[in-house]
Amino acid sequence: MTPQVIEAHQLTGPEYDKIVSLLGREPTYTELGIFSVMWSEHCSYKSSRIHLKKLPTRSKLVLQGPGENAGIIDIGAGYAIAFKIESHNHPSFIEPFQGAATGVGGILRDIFTMGARPIAVLDAIRFGPLDIPRNRRILEGIVSGIAHYGNCFGVPTVGGECVFEECYNGNPLVNAFALGVFRKDQVFYGKAKGVGNPVIYVGAKTGRDGIHGASMASAEFTEESKQKRPNVQVGDPFLEKLLLEACLEAMQTGAIVGIQDMGAAGLTCSTCEMGSRAGTGVEIDLKLVPQRETGMTPYEIMLSESQERMLLVAEQGREDEVFAVFHKWGLDAVTIGHVTPDGILRVKDHGEIVAEIPNRALADEAPVYDRAHTNPARVAPLEAPEIPNSSTPAAIRADLIALLSSGDLCSKRWIWEQYDYLVRSSTLAGPTADAAIVRVKETGTSIAISLDGNGRYCVLDPREGAKLMVAECCRNVSTAGALPVAATNNLNFGNPERPEIMAQLVESIEGMAEACEFFETPITGGNVSLYNETLGEAIFPTPVMGIVGLMKTAQPTPIHFPKPGLAIILLGGFGEWDEEHLGGTQYAKVILQKLWGSPPRLDMPYEKRVHSAIREIVSARLADAAHDLSDGGLAIALCESSFGYAGIGACVEIPASPRPEFALFHEGPSRILVATSQPEKVMEIARKNSVEAPRIGVTMKERLRIDCDSQTLLDCDLTELRQPWETSLERLLHQQ
Amino acid sequence: MKFGVVVFPGSNRDHDAWYAVSQVLGQDTEIIWHDATSVGDVDALILPGGFSYGDYLRCGAIAKFSPVMQSIRKFAADGGLVLGICNGFQILVESGLLPGALVRNHGLKFVCKHVPLRVETTNSPFTSEARKGQRLLVPIAHGEGCYIADERTLDQLEAEERVTLRYLENPNGSLRDIAGILNEGRNVMGLMPHPEDAIEPLMGSSDGIVIFQSMISQTSISALAGGALAAKH
Repeated sequence: MTPQVIEAHQLTGPEYDKIVSLLGREPTYTELGIFSVMWSEHCSYKSSRIHLKKLPTRSKLVLQGPGENAGIIDIGAGYAIAFKIESHNHPSFIEPFQGAATGVGGILRDIFTMGARPIAVLDAIRFGPLDIPRNRRILEGIVSGIAHYGNCFGVPTVGGECVFEECYNGNPLVNAFALGVFRKDQVFYGKAKGVGNPVIYVGAKTGRDGIHGASMASAEFTEESKQKRPNVQVGDPFLEKLLLEACLEAMQTGAIVGIQDMGAAGLTCSTCEMGSRAGTGVEIDLKLVPQRETGMTPYEIMLSESQERMLLVAEQGREDEVFAVFHKWGLDAVTIGHVTPDGILRVKDHGEIVAEIPNRALADEAPVYDRAHTNPARVAPLEAPEIPNSSTPAAIRADLIALLSSGDLCSKRWIWEQYDYLVRSSTLAGPTADAAIVRVKETGTSIAISLDGNGRYCVLDPREGAKLMVAECCRNVSTAGALPVAATNNLNFGNPERPEIMAQLVESIEGMAEACEFFETPITGGNVSLYNETLGEAIFPTPVMGIVGLMKTAQPTPIHFPKPGLAIILLGGFGEWDEEHLGGTQYAKVILQKLWGSPPRLDMPYEKRVHSAIREIVSARLADAAHDLSDGGLAIALCESSFGYAGIGACVEIPASPRPEFALFHEGPSRILVATSQPEKVMEIARKNSVEAPRIGVTMKERLRIDCDSQTLLDCDLTELRQPWETSLERLLHQQ
Repeated sequence: MKFGVVVFPGSNRDHDAWYAVSQVLGQDTEIIWHDATSVGDVDALILPGGFSYGDYLRCGAIAKFSPVMQSIRKFAADGGLVLGICNGFQILVESGLLPGALVRNHGLKFVCKHVPLRVETTNSPFTSEARKGQRLLVPIAHGEGCYIADERTLDQLEAEERVTLRYLENPNGSLRDIAGILNEGRNVMGLMPHPEDAIEPLMGSSDGIVIFQSMISQTSISALAGGALAAKH
């Protein structure tokens, strides 16, 4: 092997030496390819692994933590849910439609490979500003890719988030979350158990697409990256739907011993991981692998990331039961090898051995790095700039409209209407809610799900930003009336070989660990996406969290005010702010076009008491509407709650303040708007939980009015506010 | 009564239809696989939404060659009730059981949202329990739901009171706001909206239930009539 070949496989000299010592000889070309994908950052987590160990992963509800295809939580009545989030950032930049589509396809396979039927998908997506035409094309491509795959597959896309920031200009983020449900005694694992058992390949034929996708996802973007388009896989949601039904039906036969999807690193990853988990070996012959192209080399077959494929191990002698199911669904299913006792991945091509590697060397012996980390990269000053006074009614009105029209805060209807968020008739709360809610028809239980991330908070302080993200997710889920019980995380960062980037990763993980411990939401799995850089520019550190909560199935509480005359209570109170902690807000971004200081201050015990209070209020059906405050602060939350079909706004009063615009737009956490006909009872629950709950006003028809210190700051017809909010995204997308 | 839900490879609202008629309305329900040569002893068939055969070529274009379609044609010809929802409507149109065609939405994008419909006639076994002019809030979820036909066909559909449902806010460009139509025999209906997803208050609307209730009451009336007839012989 020449140094050039080794370098082309993104392996370092010492890594290559380790391969030689593990094998006791030089690897073959095919073996080198196999090592390069299994030891890539994407598959091995070599830079993050030692830090991920800091995350809490257990609770009495966790049936399966990290390390399997997805985490599993007990939801009672004999049922469980499997869920995970995964990124497809790099492919989505190179080919937005297919990149995003196969991102959804990949996470769905992770769920049903365990035996769970997917019942919800959510997506967190991030783009560069829309005044650049390329970003508009990327957004349109990614959204239609997600829609194409999920809609055809038949899983509802029930929510997510969409954020714009300069730093995602050459590096959009696509993080797809999926959740499935199954009986808890019918869980399947990716283990190649039982020496002599047949190893069966099912699903799509193998082609040359996606070769080295995993290693591509572990490198920075350069000018040549666009030439990597053939590395992006092509998805077929129809085939995946057949694969889902066939797999779930085949699992019912009792003849399946273990099963794993072929995702990143395809046949390589599934064979060696299944063997490694079971402590067995796997021997396959590539001539038996269904192929859709001719003349493929062993290297290409092992590294292909063709979609919609599964590897399973069946009980010896019962292959025909498995084949019958797959043939019923019109799918390929062939035995390509068998389980061996020797712990070795042995790959033959027409009988001739082309690779022979101990499974553990690939799956468990990957290098682990404790990379140097200094202080997190600081891209913004700590000190606040001079903030011009914008307290006049005219200024407040103009700023509110500017915020409502901004990419981050405007209505995302144009996006989510393209997603089928209703299929399976289980969606109780969809894309407009704080947390999506899907019911499990079999148990009378519903699952509330929230995805959240905030790169601006995290770039100012990765540790505090991560905690705020966990708090926000738990607040969303609690506002739905659900108890947050578990989490999955997607860590999107730059190049970990740069100590100031590595520091962002470490601090975020530690902040997340502390918050997840505190809010009792163990992390059951997730994904790390590093090297999110283009031409040396890293993205903001962008951890994304998916948190699930459990609740009894019931009519959800809307975020919209349903009728006039209801008392409005600001559970949690007006919050605290000062100029330093305004630097990461939407007000700073959109109105002042600056970034500085620190993210909002979080008091975790107080936040948790707010969650308890709102769950009690919602469960007692005291809230006619409830909506948590987040980006854009109180003013934006009031607008969002006023933008329902009923056309009900609000008249509220805020306390006297030298800078009322800060009171309206600061993003202090731990706050929830509640509209109620029984304010005393709501305030009583707040008191019991030692949470502030000022009564700030009343709902009213068609207008939003905000008073402060006997002066009217805003008095506006709702349509004047709603119209820019509703039409902005389309205008931004179709600008010349 | 007994419903049959036909499942093609790629059907994905088969669960929704099954849940609506069997779990919410408590009717006997049988799943019928696309290669079945008979639809058995069902009283009514539902062709559910989804992407049959991946909707390759054209929506519903491959499903019409499915083995089960033979027996569905016969079932319809014998007067059996056939309800085609979304992809099911597309299949019925492709098979020639209903006139016209369904093409790409005028906005060129898939649209999922609740839309208000108006019941145009109660002279059908699918709307007999509704009121004429009744407003129904029912979701749509499709990319190719724009109903088109030539003027003569449209005039004829209207003259014969075969337009059962119209959009009050046309979401896809359908000619004359048509959301659902009947065949000449009035025993086959196709519609793009999903009444099976608006069947319980938890789903945000239960307006769709009237379609299935109409089918159930119609079937029990004809069963009574059939029983009376049999008793005479």
